[in-house]
Amino acid sequence: MMLETSYYLVLAAMIFTVGATGVLLRRNALIIFMCIEMMLNSVNLTLIALARQWGNLEGQIFVFMIMAVAAAEVAVGLAILIANVRHQKSLNIDEINLLKW
Amino acid sequence: MSLSLLFFLLVGAVSLAAALGVVTSRQPVHSALFLLTNFATLAVLYITLDAQFLAAAQVIVYAGGIVILILFVIMLIGGDTNDFSAAHRAWSRTAGLALGVVLLLVISYSALSRMMAPTEDGAALLQGGTPKAVGMALFSDYVLPFELVALLLLVALIGALVLGRQPEGAGEGIPSVKANE
Repeated sequence: MMLETSYYLVLAAMIFTVGATGVLLRRNALIIFMCIEMMLNSVNLTLIALARQWGNLEGQIFVFMIMAVAAAEVAVGLAILIANVRHQKSLNIDEINLLKW
Repeated sequence: MSLSLLFFLLVGAVSLAAALGVVTSRQPVHSALFLLTNFATLAVLYITLDAQFLAAAQVIVYAGGIVILILFVIMLIGGDTNDFSAAHRAWSRTAGLALGVVLLLVISYSALSRMMAPTEDGAALLQGGTPKAVGMALFSDYVLPFELVALLLLVALIGALVLGRQPEGAGEGIPSVKANE
């Protein structure tokens, strides 16, 4: 028996909201990073649920591409964090403000 | 209540609890482990959605790769545990939570208001996201994006190498974050 797609969409919305709220609330750059990963994953869940609803593999191809881009993003993002720690000895985003106007 | 609904509720509750754990734990290591739990439960949900290949990829790429990378970085630079800086901005936590609630309502409304019932013939059309089906689609219709993604991964590899490289003459390794100032 197929479960309704809307259940999956609501769960994905909840996880996305938790991630977005985490980005707003936390000041540790690493945790903000993890929250962004979580938001990406909730969107993946949406894409897969809708791919099943429409009987179409394209959503799953999208998710594959998103996974590859997320892996690239993690590599570069963590390298930036390490470079920043080397430079500034801090992960607090209130202190990472070199580009602030 | 059917068995599949019960299973979904159980896995979804674990997933949501893990997501809340990522945001609320004070230690970054705990956050990373909650993130691992969240990824694993999402892989289970992918299987219930007939996406077997992506469930395997989720476990390999996210749980096996990304979380391990994040844990490595936490171990390298240490985490400051005192980052709830609501002390000097008391309004920021309230504002963040309020914005979160608004976002949840907006997303749920926009997702559910024009939701249509799943088409049974459509579901029959999709013969599951098995590695064979996904691979056939990936290497026939989507060869160009696939190659571009491979190029992107190469560029990201070089970029990470350049950014993380030790500068010449600075021979002291990676300093750790100041604890609890």
